[in-house]
Amino acid sequence: MSLPATRSPELKTNPSHMKFEKLRGTFGYSLTILSVFIILLAVISIYIFVFSKGLSTFFVDKLHLWDFLSGTEWNPTRSEEAGGPVFGVFAFIYGSFVVTFLAAAIAAPIGIGSAIFMTEIAPKWGRKLLQPVVELLVGIPSVVYGFTGLTLLVPFIREHIGGLGFSLLAGVIVLSIMILPTITSISVDTLLTVSPEIKAGSYALGATRWQTIWRLIMRASAPGFVTAVIFGMARAFGEALAVQMVIGNSKRMPTSLLDPGSTITSVITMNMGNTVPGTLENNVLWSLALILLLMSTVFIFAVRLIGQRGRLMS
Amino acid sequence: MNAKIADRIATAVFVLIALLLVFILVGLVGYLMWRGLPHISWHFLTSPPAFSEAGGGIGPQLFNSIYVLFLTMLLTVPIGVGGGIFLAEYAGDGWLTRFLRSAIEVLSSLPSIVVGLFGLLVFVQYTGWGYTILGGALALMLFNLPLMVRTSEEAIRSVPRDQKEASLALGVSHWRTITSVLLPSALPGIVTGAILTAGRAFGEAAALMFTAGMSSSRVDFTDWNPFSPLSPLNPMRSGETLAVNIWKVSSEGLVPDAREIAAGASALLVIVVLVFNLLARFLSRWLYKKMTASSS
Repeated sequence: MSLPATRSPELKTNPSHMKFEKLRGTFGYSLTILSVFIILLAVISIYIFVFSKGLSTFFVDKLHLWDFLSGTEWNPTRSEEAGGPVFGVFAFIYGSFVVTFLAAAIAAPIGIGSAIFMTEIAPKWGRKLLQPVVELLVGIPSVVYGFTGLTLLVPFIREHIGGLGFSLLAGVIVLSIMILPTITSISVDTLLTVSPEIKAGSYALGATRWQTIWRLIMRASAPGFVTAVIFGMARAFGEALAVQMVIGNSKRMPTSLLDPGSTITSVITMNMGNTVPGTLENNVLWSLALILLLMSTVFIFAVRLIGQRGRLMS
Repeated sequence: MNAKIADRIATAVFVLIALLLVFILVGLVGYLMWRGLPHISWHFLTSPPAFSEAGGGIGPQLFNSIYVLFLTMLLTVPIGVGGGIFLAEYAGDGWLTRFLRSAIEVLSSLPSIVVGLFGLLVFVQYTGWGYTILGGALALMLFNLPLMVRTSEEAIRSVPRDQKEASLALGVSHWRTITSVLLPSALPGIVTGAILTAGRAFGEAAALMFTAGMSSSRVDFTDWNPFSPLSPLNPMRSGETLAVNIWKVSSEGLVPDAREIAAGASALLVIVVLVFNLLARFLSRWLYKKMTASSS
């Protein structure tokens, strides 16, 4: 093939066309900047608004931070003779932490175990079968988990284990199922990064599959598993409706797993719609929201820290 | 052989755990269908809720859910894809980009109720709109943007470098390369991301109860002028969605058949999520085939 002797006139660069293309480029670039700006603005204003509302309990209404955090009595309607309304939220913070940790303790072995099944025991059909299962479990809305807990779990606990049925235990079980797919899918991602050479080396040395899993794969994936569990805990800590529907919403300090209780999210869900903006009771709910925001930030930074340490180690 | 026995036991335990996971999903979906499907009928899907007697439906809530979802996607997809383009094509490696990535990560892990409370403060109280469908859609947009940005960025990044370089080498401008080379190739990934986002938005309740409200205002389904106050299309009316309705009738339902309504609505929600999931799978596969076939 021979090249044409002269360039066709259409291929000549047309200055006005070039200018138009450049303008389009600048316009497009500005649009992407605008998108990013909206996201940044949203995140920054969420922090500013929740902080300013949440802190006004202590700076405007002069509630003592320690009384607020450590008090176990919640009574917004206590009469002035008895000392006025009290807002101690320790029982709710305690409830949130108890259900989060117990749910993670139940879901972690099952989630990590399923992930190992999907990647090490049956990498072909096991993954094909369980991947959609995990994706569907993620997709089921939290109110549906709450409804199932309310109509299946709560009566079961009432009839076979004891108590009212509405209990911390019901919240723990519902949450553990909700965070199971989160833990499983992040663990699978971690396990897929373990290099096949290490595994092949282990098998070549005569190790059984369990020895290989226990001594090599589990150890190499440990930071990833911790990340998976923290993400699960973050989800459990912030979940509102499913927990609120089964936990019983008692304002008292729970003394057993079968007692009804409250979490930070359940108290906000129950009361935010019934209080007047600007009142002390409303501001207290914003302080609870601030605790939620801070905890979710802590979870994120914990994940980051582990990610950085993992990178240093490898 | 001790090690061999331990290996057998371990394998059995892993198989049991995997079976448990399958059992949980099958049990959950089976239970919801068994409880809910008998209550789903044309009457249930289209008639308005009753106030004190049995036999009410979920018509307005179903409409509100679809409308909120539509508005949410209308806002989320362009902004999310724009953010994805920025991160994949323009962003450098400076502190601003790192800050932006952290911000997106933080936003993606915020509890949905916190997003809902922010929406209550900004879109309900400060704007003076009250509970509105638009406010709900804006809150859901914030909640869904990180997922949309992330999937778009990944989809754009996964386009082979050669294609981009070939286009640039031909003298095509960067922006035109993005719109006519990168975005079409990234379309399957972006569509999958959008459908998964939609599935999440459809089932979300905590971010909506304080923004779109917990009551469905009276609507006239013959009036389709979006500016008319009784029109179902008016975005400035309060609109309780299906997921919020499940929560409301389960926890404070006054009608005698509250449980049945919640069961029917839950089953419907799960079916919609299943359909979205399957749709995402097939559509992305189909688009991918179409794209790769036409480009070869």
